[in-house]
Amino acid sequence: MSDELIQFGYLVAAVLFILGIRGLARPRTAVRGNKLGSLGMLVAVVVTLTDNDIIGYGAIVGGLVVGTAIGVLLATRVQMTGMPQLVALFNGFGGAASLLVAAAGFIEVLDVVEPDLETSVATAAALAIGGVTLTGSIVAFGKLQELVGGGAVASAPLRVLNIAVAVATIVFGVGLAADPARWWMWALVAVSLVLGVTLVAPIGGADMPVVIALLNSLSGLAAAAAGFILDNSLLIIAGSLVGASGLILTGIMCRAMNRTLVNVLFGSIESSGVTADADEVYAGRVTSSSADDVALLLETANRVAMVPGYGMAVAQAQHAVRDLTRALQERDVEVVFGIHPVAGRMPGHMNVLLAEAEIPYEQLLEMDTINPTFDRTDVVIVIGANDVVNPEARENPDSPIAGMPILDVDKARTVVVVKRSLSPGFAGIPNPLFAGDNTLMLFGDGRAAVEDMTKALAEL
Amino acid sequence: MTFVVALTLFVLAVFLGVELISKVPPTLHTPLMSGSNAISGITLIGALASAGTEHSSLTTVLAAGAVALATINVVGGFLVTHRMLGMFAKKR
Repeated sequence: MSDELIQFGYLVAAVLFILGIRGLARPRTAVRGNKLGSLGMLVAVVVTLTDNDIIGYGAIVGGLVVGTAIGVLLATRVQMTGMPQLVALFNGFGGAASLLVAAAGFIEVLDVVEPDLETSVATAAALAIGGVTLTGSIVAFGKLQELVGGGAVASAPLRVLNIAVAVATIVFGVGLAADPARWWMWALVAVSLVLGVTLVAPIGGADMPVVIALLNSLSGLAAAAAGFILDNSLLIIAGSLVGASGLILTGIMCRAMNRTLVNVLFGSIESSGVTADADEVYAGRVTSSSADDVALLLETANRVAMVPGYGMAVAQAQHAVRDLTRALQERDVEVVFGIHPVAGRMPGHMNVLLAEAEIPYEQLLEMDTINPTFDRTDVVIVIGANDVVNPEARENPDSPIAGMPILDVDKARTVVVVKRSLSPGFAGIPNPLFAGDNTLMLFGDGRAAVEDMTKALAEL
Repeated sequence: MTFVVALTLFVLAVFLGVELISKVPPTLHTPLMSGSNAISGITLIGALASAGTEHSSLTTVLAAGAVALATINVVGGFLVTHRMLGMFAKKR
């Protein structure tokens, strides 16, 4: 196929990508959007394969077969609770692919001519971004899969190391741009791989939604940078579309935690001395309850709000929650769900988990919608959520989470908190909600506790 | 393509991306992310071109690795997005 026709094919693919992303942004058209996006990818791949410069198909077929097999396997096997890990992994693979494309493309140029400044700068950018995306995603994957510790680490030496590695990456990048040579290239790759690790390793589990959104953005930007090296319009367009959308989601997640991106990346939540210690907050004020008592409350309630957190997903309690919801609805109790924007481990994660359990979309209310309604809610059931319902964020300006938007569950008539123990959430601070006059603690495994409530309700 | 033309495409596409994504309901954040992640696997076409050119054995090996990784990203990304959206659709 002539170059002109290939470019035309790329234009068609770019339009399909744009329609695809637009479709994915609306509930009604999301399925079609995803199909349009994959059609665009198919068009792009087919026209590329007709390029006259392609003389051998061995490596291509091998790579496509292996990649398809692994991709299908991963996509069909993953549990919905494991979505954040999988997306992190895919981000990493995308970044790695862009890194390799940039390296191969640069070597091809280097062997023939002296690369111009544009090519060298683009190579430096693609290698650095691709490298950070690869190892950063692997560390994020490890944290989400709980292979490595998920806690936030804030220490001065670590921050210094981070800055040192970041500076080294910039220096090597400038070096490569100024003096295009292979050794600069490999050195830049090495140091950017280290940067990915040092950047993500200190970030705590609570901030993972931000990290995944950011890595998503970076994987797009790496592809766009590779497009500058290869002079490929479609790589530039598709890469920057994804880069922009990832940045927007990153911003949404940061706002939901009342933190800046810089603070998430380099700050880590620091526990200062002003936080009361757990014994002071809880001593003698915590009321423990039983499934039977809660069932009696639910029986007489008109409106019940469920507030799920990541703990619900860990306990695999979403199906038990659905059964309780249905049991309540059969008794004409209105049931709604309050979803905090960072309730899961990636943007929108909780919605996916509840959708898997077949809980209707209309029952899921966003924070701003449900907050004004808590004062006319009879019972709130908090399952596996902690920091996102901590009134300290609203009331104590010295708290580490001060100013973070929360679900105002403490304004409901009765709050039932299903939790294993009084242990703190990701922020590492006690939650006065647990000691509230209108709060009942139901200690135990989330799934078992919810099942017990449903059973007790049936026996009334 | 001159550098300025490439840069123009880049900047316009960033603005377009921002326009497209603003005001997405939270329900769709995860599928949107995995779907757009699959689109970022577009680097696959760069990998294909490089792998097929057979410039040297080093570049062919690098490019073949890139083809495999990008394909995982593309195939896995679109497939898992489809699976997820199916869960939203089935209760309607």
